[in-house]
Amino acid sequence: MSDQANNTDQSFSFDELPDAPPKRKIKLSWPGKIGIAIVLFWSVIVVIGPTISPYHEADILDEDLFIVPGSDEMYPDTEFQPPSKIVYLGSDYIGRDLLSRILYGARTTIGISVLATLLAYLIGVTAGIAASVGSRYLDMGLSRVNDALLSIPSIMFALVLIAALNSPGIFWLILITGFIYAASVFRIARSLGQEVMVSDFVEAAKVRGEGLWWIITREILPNIAMPLATDFGLRFVWVILFISSLSFLGLGVQPPMSDWGSMVKENLPGLVLGSYAPLMPAFAIASLTISVNMIVDDLSAATGGKLAKRMIS
Amino acid sequence: MSALLEVDNLQISARNDDDELTPIVKGVSFNVQPGEVVALIGESGSGKTTIALSSLGYTKPGLEFVGGEVRLHGEDVISMQNDRLRGLRGQRVAYLAQSAAATFNPALTIGEQVTESTVLHGLMSQEEANRRAEDLYRALELPDPDRLGKRYPHQVSGGQLQRLMAATALCGKPDLLVLDEPTTALDVTTQIEVLKSFKSVIQQEGASAIYVTHDLSVVAQIADHIVVLYAGEIQEYGTADQVVTQPSHEYTRRLMYAVRPPPAAGQGDETSDEHQRKAPALEVKNLLAGYGRTQNGAPEITVLRDVNVAIERGHSVGVIGESGCGKSTLARVMAGLLPAAQGEVLLDGAALQPALQQRSRNELQKIQFVFQMADTALNPRQRIDKILGRPVEFYHGLKGEEKRRRVGELLQMVELPQEFAGRYPEELSGGQKQRINLARALAASPEVLLCDEVISALDSIVGANVIELLKRLRKQTGVSFVFISHDLSTVASFADQIVVLYAGRVVEQGPTNAVLSPPYHPYTRLLISSVPELRVGWLEETMETQEAQAGIDRVVTLTDKGCPFFDRCPRAMKGTCDEETPPVRNVTGSHSIECHLSEAEFAQ
Repeated sequence: MSDQANNTDQSFSFDELPDAPPKRKIKLSWPGKIGIAIVLFWSVIVVIGPTISPYHEADILDEDLFIVPGSDEMYPDTEFQPPSKIVYLGSDYIGRDLLSRILYGARTTIGISVLATLLAYLIGVTAGIAASVGSRYLDMGLSRVNDALLSIPSIMFALVLIAALNSPGIFWLILITGFIYAASVFRIARSLGQEVMVSDFVEAAKVRGEGLWWIITREILPNIAMPLATDFGLRFVWVILFISSLSFLGLGVQPPMSDWGSMVKENLPGLVLGSYAPLMPAFAIASLTISVNMIVDDLSAATGGKLAKRMIS
Repeated sequence: MSALLEVDNLQISARNDDDELTPIVKGVSFNVQPGEVVALIGESGSGKTTIALSSLGYTKPGLEFVGGEVRLHGEDVISMQNDRLRGLRGQRVAYLAQSAAATFNPALTIGEQVTESTVLHGLMSQEEANRRAEDLYRALELPDPDRLGKRYPHQVSGGQLQRLMAATALCGKPDLLVLDEPTTALDVTTQIEVLKSFKSVIQQEGASAIYVTHDLSVVAQIADHIVVLYAGEIQEYGTADQVVTQPSHEYTRRLMYAVRPPPAAGQGDETSDEHQRKAPALEVKNLLAGYGRTQNGAPEITVLRDVNVAIERGHSVGVIGESGCGKSTLARVMAGLLPAAQGEVLLDGAALQPALQQRSRNELQKIQFVFQMADTALNPRQRIDKILGRPVEFYHGLKGEEKRRRVGELLQMVELPQEFAGRYPEELSGGQKQRINLARALAASPEVLLCDEVISALDSIVGANVIELLKRLRKQTGVSFVFISHDLSTVASFADQIVVLYAGRVVEQGPTNAVLSPPYHPYTRLLISSVPELRVGWLEETMETQEAQAGIDRVVTLTDKGCPFFDRCPRAMKGTCDEETPPVRNVTGSHSIECHLSEAEFAQ
């Protein structure tokens, strides 16, 4: 044994076996790719929708357009018309072009939802991180206020606020939605933050003497960005549905502006007449929310940091 | 007699995302005869667990059998149908996982879990199984065998739980036992007890076993044949005696070299005494520390009591003790992560603030902490250049090109290639991560480095390389080390001073030579005698000693009265040791022992 101990000759040819896994990359499944394509499609529509749309969202179409050549009917119905060369997706309950309203509505619906979700994240993550790194009393205070907010049914809460402000417009709609959804973001951000806060590398940063700002921005945020991004996708879907339900109840986006949720509501009588009118905006909502979900599934399966960072900012 | 298990040209491959096959096990063949223990030994990644699991006809997800046969009683298990495999597993072949604590369900009693699979397979009725379990508890020398089955897993110690796993596996009288690193996570004193009872129960039952481990000295105690594996191939295959005494393959010799020799006087690294006269680099005086709310200067749970340790400049102090002795707590107090309730920490003779928030950046820079688990100590979202660059920038204000050059130097110091600067921690192996962890601490140019169990989580060869690196760095930089470990032979090969902690008290401290030679504190003696030696028959000899019989496999209990080692000490004096705090006896110079025994009594 002793001659081996003295044998400090390092000429052994056996290297340490590598046990490092190969670099993980985000692999998109087929549903994920389709999801990205659909989300990209709607993002493009948000930008160019009004320019490519055949009519304005508020235009009530003229009867003359619907006169079939050779027919002697001079005053045809313009409401709930089936798809034709004049109205590609049909017309709505007062004779407006559905396609134009969906194209315009994309901007309203998606715009409001994205802004409201971002606002919810701004409030929720800030408060959540503060609770996870702050003192016990701060955590206690923020958490109890949050619990109180969560205990109120969100749609009722929104209805009360909107009624109190007397149907105040889009700006307030975004503010109220963002505020209500901040409560659930807070819970997630807080628990994720607490988990990272007790990890060895945060402790190492503390031993180094790093300040709170460094620990939050360099150690905690990058490590919770991925789960937060996954949650962002889901939360965004909820907000779309929430805004749509508010519009459906008549308290969201006000006419004549188009919004997918209110379009479902106003065209609902068309169902009994065999019209597709309420289904078109419903399909639009479904395609967007399901696509986002399919992307989120792929994201949560992989754990790369870069895409997450892009999604969070 | 035909072999019980024949592994014949076994090939297993991993399928990756792109459907490519990477061979993991490359044509391995060996036999297990009835009543024989065969050890599979190798580092992580050598395929030893994969091979062992193949005897159950099982591969981990992502792996698949590519070729060869595994025959149990002449019947191939790889091609077996699922319902037949179910009959095989748990009945004829039983598997013992590494961590008993994670395997037992905390909500069920021990008896229910030990007998569960036997009753489920219809081998015995519940009453028969209960009787069988009781016999096994006796054979495994577990306490209170009549009532043990009614207790819950948290009511027994870690070593006992590990033995209960063996009872679970043996309950159905299997032909073959597969043991996957069953003692790796245990303290040395617990390990020998578990090893001994495994060995005796295997002999009593006449069972055959495959024993998977990376520790050659453990294998020497228990195995009849040894299979040495590297990268999925057999390097050497022979009887235990033959492999241990006359290793023919170079890799086996490398493994033996990595087994650190048993602690003995005269092997610690000696450093010059030229700095002795100055104040020590770091010193703790009359330390009292613990967890929970502090009231009247005493925390709710006191972990450390009356601790006095001085780390001389350029020296390395090893802190040793079993789990629960307060080793890590001591390091945390020094670093300021856990403010001490009483006593003080001195840096260069000047008192430091107890909490790190109140220490200056200059003071923080001089004491650096190296965390135990490199996996969790490196931020997974930061590249290596950022991890190493930050302390350089933070303490020394280097930026841009200067910073990049310093990061390069640091990588060179820990013997890693420069390209690693652009990688993320997850792209490195365990040993490489530990090197980065060290480099980050060195980046601060500290005076004292606190190393908390830095090699415990590493394979023996990787760990030996890290120790070599630490030795070289110490010569190169003149940094003082506090080296915490539960492994006495690691500490003995590295430190020139040893502090033996037991239940939060320093029971013995002094130069490595003095601590490792008589007179010993009874606890030090127990620790020394528990370190496995690389020879066949060591286990039996050790179990004969009175230290082992009195002190093995017990839980460390914190007391505030008398000597904490009282209940495990073979020479404890009732009325004295359990009542009075033991005096500190200076044996020679800086060597002191805290014990009631007088020097004359030690000499016996």
